[in-house]
Amino acid sequence: MNLKSFFGTRWGIILVGAFIGVFAALLQKFGNPLNMGICVACFERDIAGALGLHRVAVAQYIRPEIIGFVFGSLVAAYIFKEFRPRVGSAPIVRFILGFFAMIGALVFLGCPWRALLRLAGGDGNAILGIAGLASGVAVGVLFLENGYSLGRNQRTYISVGWILPLIMATLFAFLIFAPLMGDGGKSGPIFFSEKGPGSMHAPIATSLIVGLAIGFLAQRTRFCLMGAIRDIILIRNFHLASGVFALLIAAFVSNLIIGQFNPGFSGQPVAHTNQLWNFMGMSLAGLAFALAGGCPGRQLFLSGEGDGDAAMFVLGMIIGAGFAHNFSLASSPAGVGFYGPHAVIIGLLVCFYIGITMREKTI
Amino acid sequence: MAEQVDARGLSCPHPVILAHQKMKQLKKGTFEVVVDTDTSRENISRMAKNEGWEVVETKKTQDSGYLLLLRKG
Repeated sequence: MNLKSFFGTRWGIILVGAFIGVFAALLQKFGNPLNMGICVACFERDIAGALGLHRVAVAQYIRPEIIGFVFGSLVAAYIFKEFRPRVGSAPIVRFILGFFAMIGALVFLGCPWRALLRLAGGDGNAILGIAGLASGVAVGVLFLENGYSLGRNQRTYISVGWILPLIMATLFAFLIFAPLMGDGGKSGPIFFSEKGPGSMHAPIATSLIVGLAIGFLAQRTRFCLMGAIRDIILIRNFHLASGVFALLIAAFVSNLIIGQFNPGFSGQPVAHTNQLWNFMGMSLAGLAFALAGGCPGRQLFLSGEGDGDAAMFVLGMIIGAGFAHNFSLASSPAGVGFYGPHAVIIGLLVCFYIGITMREKTI
Repeated sequence: MAEQVDARGLSCPHPVILAHQKMKQLKKGTFEVVVDTDTSRENISRMAKNEGWEVVETKKTQDSGYLLLLRKG
C-alpha cells in the first residue's frame, strides 16, 4: 500500500485523529490556553481582534496554527496533484453561513474541535455543546435529503486559488513585524493581548509547524468533525467518526499524562455553564457547517486546495467574530453575551431560509 | 447504456447523496458517476462498499475528473 492510499484507510484517519489530539494537548502545555490547544473559531476570533475588527483586549493574537492549516493543506494538495482552483458555488451564502457559524460557536465558546478538547480536558459543559452540534447537523441532513444544494462550482485560474493562502501569508507578516498602522502609524492594529487567553500562546515556530503538519494530514484524510456526524446520520458510515474518536481519546490520555484533566462544570477554562445556550449556540454552528459542507477546520483545508468558496466561509467567520464581540453576542466565562440568544435565533432563521429556499427544484 | 449521475462541480457531500439516491432508486444494476475531485471519488467508493455495490471500473476523464462504474447484483 502506498502513502496516498494509506491516508484513505480507517487506520490512516485514526492515526491523524490521534495526532491532532496529542498535539492539541501539547500545544496547551507549550502555552496555548487550557482546553484550547486548537480551536479554529477561537483562533480566527483572535485574528479578528489582532486586526482590530473587535476590541476585546483579551482576544487579540494572530494564531500561526490557522496559517499552518492553510499552507499544510496547500503543500499536500500540490504534492498529490489535488490543487484545484474553483469558485462560484453560492459564495455570498457561504460567507453568511460562516458569519453565523462563528456567532453560534462563540455563544458556546469553541468550534467542534474545541468541543472535543474541552470534553477531553474534563469540561462537562462541552457535552451540551456536542449534543447541540449533532442536532444542528441532523437538521442540516434533513435539508440535504430534501434537495438542498449550494450549486456547482467552476474551475478558475490558479491565481484565484492562491488568494486565501496569500491573505494568510500577509497575516504571518503582520504577526512577525507587528506594524502599527492605526492613528497614522502611532498605535495598533496590529493588536496583541497582554493578558487573558489571547496572550497565551505556544512559540510561533511550534504553533506553525504543528499547524502545517495538521493541515497536510487533514487534507490527505479529509478530516472533518461535522462530516463525521453527518455521515453517520446520512449514510451510516463511521469512517470519519473513527478519526474523531481517536482525537478525543488521544487528547484525553495526553491530558491525563500531562496533568491537564480537571473534571467538572463550573470554573472550566474559557467556558460558561448556561447549558441551554451551550446547546443552542452549537446547534446553530452545526446547522451552518452542515449547510456549508464542512466544519471550520475543513473549510481551511479546502481553501488550501484552491476552493474559493470555502475561503468565503473562512472570511465570513472572521468578520462574524468581529460582529460577535462588537454587538455583545459572544459569551465569556461570566456567561452568555447580552444579545447572544437573539443572534442565535436570527442565525437559525437565516439557516432555515437558506435550507428551504436553496433546493434544486426551486431554481 | 448505463445511467449516469453527473456530480462534477458539486461540493461534499452532494456527490455522495446523488450516488446514494441513484442506488436507492435502482436497487441493483449498473450506473456511472462522474466526479471531479479525488475526495468525491473516495467518498463514493467507500459509500458504495457500505451499501453492497461494487466499483467495477474507475477511469480518468479528459477534464482530470473520474468516471466510476458501479454495479450490484
